[in-house]
Amino acid sequence: MKILVAVKRVADYNVKVRAKSDNTGPDLANVKMAINPFCEIAVEEAVRLKEKGVATEIIVVSIGPQAAQEQVRTALALGADRGILITTDTDLESLAVAKCLKAVCDNESPDIVLLGKQAIDGDNNHTGQMLGALTGWAQATFASELTIDGDSATVIREVDAGLQTIQIKLPAIVTADLRLNEPRYASLPNIMKAKKKTIDSTTPADLGVDVAPRTTLLKAEPPAERKAGIKVEDVAQLVDKLKNEAKVIS
Amino acid sequence: MSILVIAEHDNNEIKGATLNAVAAAQAIGSDVDILIAGANCSAAADAAAKIAGINKVVVADNAAYEFMLAENVAPLVAELAANYGHILVPATTNGKNVIPRVGALLDVQPISDISAVISEDTFQRPVYAGNIVATVQSSDSIKVMTVRTTAFDPVAAEGGSATIEAAGGVHDAGISEFKGEEVAKSDRPELTAADVIVSGGRGMQNGENFELLYKVADKLGAAVGASRAAVDAGFVPNEMQVGQTGKIVAPDLYIAVGISGAIQHLAGMKDSKVIVAINKDEDAPIFQVADYGLVADLFKALPELDEAL
Repeated sequence: MKILVAVKRVADYNVKVRAKSDNTGPDLANVKMAINPFCEIAVEEAVRLKEKGVATEIIVVSIGPQAAQEQVRTALALGADRGILITTDTDLESLAVAKCLKAVCDNESPDIVLLGKQAIDGDNNHTGQMLGALTGWAQATFASELTIDGDSATVIREVDAGLQTIQIKLPAIVTADLRLNEPRYASLPNIMKAKKKTIDSTTPADLGVDVAPRTTLLKAEPPAERKAGIKVEDVAQLVDKLKNEAKVIS
Repeated sequence: MSILVIAEHDNNEIKGATLNAVAAAQAIGSDVDILIAGANCSAAADAAAKIAGINKVVVADNAAYEFMLAENVAPLVAELAANYGHILVPATTNGKNVIPRVGALLDVQPISDISAVISEDTFQRPVYAGNIVATVQSSDSIKVMTVRTTAFDPVAAEGGSATIEAAGGVHDAGISEFKGEEVAKSDRPELTAADVIVSGGRGMQNGENFELLYKVADKLGAAVGASRAAVDAGFVPNEMQVGQTGKIVAPDLYIAVGISGAIQHLAGMKDSKVIVAINKDEDAPIFQVADYGLVADLFKALPELDEAL
């Protein structure tokens, strides 16, 4: 069984990204970049499937600047077998990303495509579902447990009401939620080994994908700031303030 | 062009989030229809017809649509899309699951989590965990969007008298199947609908200690939420998580107990009207957004609060 995992290069989750002072976009100068945390969970799940003998090959793909090679290498160090880097100098929208991934699916014919449910930069939560539409494959989003059983998979999903279980036919798209697993750290020997693994480079144009944007970012502004309020002395004062000043309890 | 809102419902009742999405639709234009896709869902359709300001309720009643499986519902919505200029859905897990699939079928770029309508093609949405508000303009002929429910006041659930019309074919892809659901039963209000929320974090130390929060919550008629740390640690189930990728809430009063205030948690609650933080670490980032901060041991403060209320 072949697994394709998509990873995105994003600002590290610990960084509070701010808008540029001219409001033209996010200020990412000198910001530490990393694998999107949800994508890392997707990689880990693929590696566990390989360790269980379910998967035979893991291909990791990323779409981004040349520097996104770092994130592909990280995934290789975690246990992916080979990489594909689709380079582009512009920030692609999720529709274009899904089309690139569709082209990779056509070339590689994976049985499962694992992705993060959401990238923490654009906060879109699109790509897996859109790839599902383009391939016509089933989708299991927000996965917190994945069990492969022959030509189908049973997935427990984190939904608003609790947990939902669905069964999907393979090939299929699965997007990782937080509780799917806890990703490992890459060991030093595996980091060294990853340097020898192959990364094929391509471009959206080579894949025949039109990436012309459909939306224009007119402005990127800071949100209305909340100011820190006051410290209260004790519970009695807190209750008094909530009743008589904020008037939010009676 | 008309606007279509995909309703969140359980085949019998309309979920509150639908009313917020209708409000967003009415900020775009006045000709708003609602889609009820479900199975044996005539009760939900009747309820939708009463929502204020709705023109038409479009009903697709078929077993294939019972559980909102995206593989079946997305082609249905794509089929109906020819009549509409905008398709909106509340940003629930159902909405987020279905709408991007619709977008790709229509070859349009969806827009997630709109928090304001600037014009019929321009919208605001939070990105980077809400640290940036992006204003985006769409050039697609159909705008396909999810709505951040906390950003739009709900329209009235009663007062309308829309026509009800069956529409759309049967799209059963046959590649996915609903198997079951594990839903927590609670008499407390739903997180996304509550006026008051009491949330616990890692500082609660274990699931049993959440009893302290439940007691306070019940005095206040509040819902109970949690930070990611508390859910990851297994103290409470996933549906209680408030944050960037969990539930987005904006109650009148949000009481954060034993929550340090990571960027990801703040993204889910910082639009609350009044924020209270109870934490023993006076440097916890949560205090930077709190209107009232109490530096205290929560195991002492919570029983005192319970007593005082």
